[in-house]
Amino acid sequence: LGLALYTSSLCAANGAAFLYHDYCIIGAGPSGLQAAYFLQQAGRDYIVFERSHAPGSFFALYPRHRKLISINKRYTGKSNSEFNLRHDWNSLLSHDSRLLFRRYSRDFFPDADVMVRYLEDFASLLKLRVQYNTAIVHVTLERDEQAWNGHYFLLTDQDRQNYKCSSLLVATGTWVPNVVNFPGSEYVEGYETVSINPEDFAGQTVLILGRGNSAFETAENILGVTNFIHMVSRSRVRLSWATHYVGDLRAINNGLLDTYQLKSLDGLLEGNLEDLAIVKDKKGKLHITLRFYLENRNTSAGIDSITLPQDELDNFATRAPYDRVIRCLGWKFDFSIYNRSLRMMPGKGNKKKYPQIKPSYESRGTRGLFVLGTASHSVDFRKSAGGFIHGFRYTTRAVHRLLENRHHGVPWPSTVYPITQLTNSIIKRVNEASGLYQMFSVLADIVLLRENATAFEYLEEYPVGVLAELEMQTGRKAPNGLFVVIMEYGRNFSGADKDVFYYNRAVGEAQHAWQSNFLHPVIYYYKHLPTEREMRLRPQDWPLPRPDAVHHIVEDFLTDWTAPNAHILPLRRFLENCLSTDLRNFFAESCFLFAFTRQKLPPFCRQGYVKMQGLVGSKGLRRHAVEAGLLEDYTLSDFSGNRAPDSYEGPQDQLLRDHTIPVRPLQHLINAKDE
Amino acid sequence: MSAQKDRWVSSFSFLLFCASSIPTQGSARLLQELSPQEYFGSLQAGRASLAYFSPNVSPGAQPFLEQIENSAEALQDYGISVVKVNCPKEDVSRYCGKENALRKAYLFRGNMLIREFPTDALFDVNSVVANVLFALLFNEVKYVETLADLQNIENALKGRSNMVFAYVPATGTAEHRAVMEAAFVYGPVHQFVLTTEATLLKDAGNDEPDVSSARLLFCHCQQATDLAQPCRRTAMEQALTMLNIHRHLKLMGAPLVTEVAEDPEKVSTVHLQLGLPLVFILSQKETYEADRRTAEFVAWQLLGKAGVALLSRDLVDLNILLRSNVALKAPDEGVPIKYLLLEDTDEVITLVEDKSKVEQIQEEEEEEEDEQDEDEKENNNQDVQDDQVVEAVSRDKKRELPLEQILVLTEETFHSALLETARTVVLFYASWEAVSLAVLRSYTEVADHLKGTRGVLLSRVNCWDWPGVCTKENVTQFPTVKIYEKGERSVMYDGMWGTEELTSFIMLSRVSCPLKLATVEEAEGYLRGEFPSELSSYHHASILGVFSTATSEAREAFEEAGNILSGHVTMGMYFEDDALALSRKYAVSPPALLLGRSGGRSVEGIALSKQSAQDVVQMIRYELLDIFPEITVQNLPRYLQLRKPFLILFSDGDVGQMESKEMLKLAKGRPQQAFVACWLNLKKTPVGRGVLKAYFATVPSLPLLVWVNLHAGGQVFKFPSEQTITEMNILSWLEKLKAGVEIPSSTLSEEDWKPPLPAYDFLQMMETAVPELPLHTSHRRGDAPTRRPPESPGGDTAIREEPPQETKAEKVGSPGRDLRGTAPRLAAREKQGKRHSEL
Repeated sequence: LGLALYTSSLCAANGAAFLYHDYCIIGAGPSGLQAAYFLQQAGRDYIVFERSHAPGSFFALYPRHRKLISINKRYTGKSNSEFNLRHDWNSLLSHDSRLLFRRYSRDFFPDADVMVRYLEDFASLLKLRVQYNTAIVHVTLERDEQAWNGHYFLLTDQDRQNYKCSSLLVATGTWVPNVVNFPGSEYVEGYETVSINPEDFAGQTVLILGRGNSAFETAENILGVTNFIHMVSRSRVRLSWATHYVGDLRAINNGLLDTYQLKSLDGLLEGNLEDLAIVKDKKGKLHITLRFYLENRNTSAGIDSITLPQDELDNFATRAPYDRVIRCLGWKFDFSIYNRSLRMMPGKGNKKKYPQIKPSYESRGTRGLFVLGTASHSVDFRKSAGGFIHGFRYTTRAVHRLLENRHHGVPWPSTVYPITQLTNSIIKRVNEASGLYQMFSVLADIVLLRENATAFEYLEEYPVGVLAELEMQTGRKAPNGLFVVIMEYGRNFSGADKDVFYYNRAVGEAQHAWQSNFLHPVIYYYKHLPTEREMRLRPQDWPLPRPDAVHHIVEDFLTDWTAPNAHILPLRRFLENCLSTDLRNFFAESCFLFAFTRQKLPPFCRQGYVKMQGLVGSKGLRRHAVEAGLLEDYTLSDFSGNRAPDSYEGPQDQLLRDHTIPVRPLQHLINAKDE
Repeated sequence: MSAQKDRWVSSFSFLLFCASSIPTQGSARLLQELSPQEYFGSLQAGRASLAYFSPNVSPGAQPFLEQIENSAEALQDYGISVVKVNCPKEDVSRYCGKENALRKAYLFRGNMLIREFPTDALFDVNSVVANVLFALLFNEVKYVETLADLQNIENALKGRSNMVFAYVPATGTAEHRAVMEAAFVYGPVHQFVLTTEATLLKDAGNDEPDVSSARLLFCHCQQATDLAQPCRRTAMEQALTMLNIHRHLKLMGAPLVTEVAEDPEKVSTVHLQLGLPLVFILSQKETYEADRRTAEFVAWQLLGKAGVALLSRDLVDLNILLRSNVALKAPDEGVPIKYLLLEDTDEVITLVEDKSKVEQIQEEEEEEEDEQDEDEKENNNQDVQDDQVVEAVSRDKKRELPLEQILVLTEETFHSALLETARTVVLFYASWEAVSLAVLRSYTEVADHLKGTRGVLLSRVNCWDWPGVCTKENVTQFPTVKIYEKGERSVMYDGMWGTEELTSFIMLSRVSCPLKLATVEEAEGYLRGEFPSELSSYHHASILGVFSTATSEAREAFEEAGNILSGHVTMGMYFEDDALALSRKYAVSPPALLLGRSGGRSVEGIALSKQSAQDVVQMIRYELLDIFPEITVQNLPRYLQLRKPFLILFSDGDVGQMESKEMLKLAKGRPQQAFVACWLNLKKTPVGRGVLKAYFATVPSLPLLVWVNLHAGGQVFKFPSEQTITEMNILSWLEKLKAGVEIPSSTLSEEDWKPPLPAYDFLQMMETAVPELPLHTSHRRGDAPTRRPPESPGGDTAIREEPPQETKAEKVGSPGRDLRGTAPRLAAREKQGKRHSEL
């Protein structure tokens, strides 16, 4: 039988059988399930490997204090389901309205158990193919010219079962705790295991290492029972409401800041953890000292021989001994399972916890390996939401669309509209699209112009970092110029210690829209697709290279960009000037006039009226237009052709003036003669 | 004559050369530096040179020397060399020795000293060139101070040569230089007379001369015969620059009237080359002498403004209408020649002068606008709504719409609602989108019309609230109207967004299309428009397909066509055994169409030879077009699609019986004719008045027959109003049009639809406000790898100060979220509103 298995298996190596799938996903967390959903919808051959017995195993443990800080906004005053996703940070994308998180929890900050339950439902209701209890322990490559990417991915699980895949989607998140090693770090408790029962901390003095949400969450939990809490970290505290970055300290966790600044014994310190050392005295109290002192001491001597900072500096801040030291330093990606040939490299600087990937989410080292979810956050770390469910659910969809085009010849979904719908299409999207809104500055809608600008093709939520590769990545052509619709915060508005509440921070006038500070739509116009070089040399902090023209829709307090004069009109003017055409709407009567008095018609008449779909308009509306001086009422005018003087300079008159007879004096002459 | 012309041309190019070389002066060092011996040894007879002597550079003379140096190149063009003579220290000769002489420049011709110039006469290049030439051209340019001198010269010239009389307020100016430079070239041809006395100008025909500006007059003394009369004068109107003087002299030298005998399109004269129009007086043998006199008279009036040519029609084989007597050719290429019929010569002159006046005014206006733009950029109307639909809808937004008749559907109720009624009409719209809101207003009127109609439910879906339904129902554009038939199929409305059209569509699509008729009686009733009864008030023409049992293929095509045309057309079909009886009655053989118009009073039989449904659709659409329709806003597109010229009878009210009869005859007479004959009732379609105004500037007397080449060239022709509208007259007129012997009354603008106003140039604003932003294109191309802005030492705070003071100040005036600023903002809005009403 063993032999039979051996020969019948399609791909065999080292005597082990391979189970083959086109797509392998490692991890059944939110991003793994999200990817599985899209592959399932497209009818692709895929499998998800999950080391635990259920999806979302990370959420089964973390956050330790069980409160998710992703908001679950159940009411927005709007019924638009796409818009509402802008304020739903927990749901994954699917067609099934049962799988909206607001149906799972009433809490604004839901419990992590609900997330686990949600993910279980997501996997089971949608019948996603997840193989549980399968921990992938090794990934390597097998070269093969026939393979999609020139190689297959060989995966091995804890039972030495092998799997072979054409494309590998890594959705493992970042789950390896960050640790620091310094003398005495053995006395430090980890966030993963520390008690969450506040009673255990009653009357204790606690030092917390780290300054992220987990550190503050831990502090928040024990704030009421401890003597005092001190918090040490290298970096200053970054408040998310000042940085617009959801990964920074959220207001819900910042109780310690309150007590610190309100002189309630708790406190914050800055210092490099690498320089620290902890020594335990006989009573079991923990003392902070510097590694520097330890290096100079006599190893044989006891605790008393160790110099403490307060010996030299008697007002040293952390001279009080601590009962406990807790490490809350966050997580990093598990690089250990990848063979060297995959070249999974850590990022640089503060991105070293993430693997290096391209803006298309493909690994820099291995073609066909895509990183999804939290682990893909290096693309927009400390900028956008790509490390969080409400962001990566969209980037995962984008990766899926890239894969559909690359491997199955399915081009990026798009809709073709007549040019008259251009303003509308953009307005519709910037008002309701959730992907643009959540993944601001990362995902962008692309408007590809057709020849002569009579029509355009609309592509949604393309990763703007690979704009130069658009034609190759989407299978769509961009020979006639394009618009990129993206959302941005003001460039100098947010930052770690900026005053984001200064007076007149908001721009109200459309003509100053480029100075808008809050999230607002920006439209870039390029006559040609930017090249890779131009993308590389783009200004710092710019998502895109210098465009041929740019338009900002002025920030709006209600994020409702449908005001006819402040939002739509300037946008129309921008589009008109880029396309060098007139995008106004006209009543059928105006089109009738143009049809008889001009050789060419504006697009609205050409694509509507001439095709027998003119806008007749009710009498009341036409009267309004006449009152506005934008339509002329010919029933009023008498035979001599005199018009009321107040309407003389109206734009309609301007329109008419353009096509009056060229030699006016002569005409008068002939007319006079005739009469 | 031609030799003279050649000379002008060459002199002109010479002048151009001079002009073009002026800006480059100083680029090459043309100044020679010689010792006194070298200098005096090098002097050639007849060659002029300007020299100054310098022992060593004395500081006071520095600027003066510089100006002379700068003039070297300009003077070189006139064959005058400029020499700096370096005096040896010990030299005590005439020029080097005296301290006084060092402050002067000396003009020699050969070795003869012509003039010595004190430094203050040579303050810049203009004065150097003007004074040097003035000295050299002592004989060619007479300087006069009194009127008597001027008159003496003038009298002496009469019959011999022309005179150029120039007044400059002072010598040594740019104008003076221009006159001298012109004299250098034209001196041998014309007598130049120069004065600085303004009183002489007064006598020269200028009552209140502006003494501050230079003037130049061309005195036509050569042709003067009467010694008692002063010579005719033509003042130059432009500023005194070398090029303008040259242009003027060239125009004065051109023949007064050019006689041409070729196609005016091919004629080119000095005037056209110089950017002036050319007026053709169209002459013929019989009137040649009179025309010649007219031409000369006109030419004198237009001298310097336009050229005049006398074109003999007899010699040119052209379809120039006999009615026109004048033609105007514009200097710009591609502008067609205009042929005109003018009454007297004044009209010709106003034609030319007015045009330039109009242009001038326009230029001034533009300049003013420019200034305004610069003054207050915000005051251009970029922020004023110029979209008639958007503006009308926003002016109407406070009015509550009577929407009670229209059911609101949501994502939840959509599908169940469709099942409840036989026909559900759904308007998909977006509550922020102006066009769909405009349609919603018409839709309420439809609802009003259809109130109480059974089996039809009017409903609406706001896609801004329920994007899911809209996507699922394949609604990609706003607005969209679909009619759902009880859970089965749906039809998308593709007609005019008007109340009547939509109502009629909804009503017509209630009846199956085509409708199967069971009896001959039904079929007859159908053709009369009486059956089915519920439609009797909605349709105008009925189409009945008559099929024998054998013609199933044609019947299928007809049925499919019915599906496509459902709602737009009423179609019936009859294929019972006695179909033959029906077809015999109307003299057709099945398969055939019977087209019943106006209540069955006329029934037309058409053989149905086309096989495909699309062909049948096209055929029905074509057959439904009227022969002599009244054109309206609603039906024009149907006739536009024929892409033929229009022959329109404009009428105030109904067309007269006679005209109508004649036009019908005309239209019927030629099946498959090359134009659309129609009429337009100004009472019903008042916008027709706008059309007439565009054609004729005013509304001419009606009725009026107009031919418009809508799709080819855009010419508009007016049927002569003195002729009666009869088939014969029209036909012969059309022949003339075809022959191209009629002048179009106007031509439709070919202009493209450009953006009505500019957009905010944020890119430029960013660059001005934050110049260090590496945004500029050059950066993009630049090879420098570092493109980050220089780190400002102040760090974050410095960056925050980036918006310039100016814009910050503006922002203070227009705070966004600060409620304290709301009142001034609203006040500003009101001002904007005022501007609307001003329009």
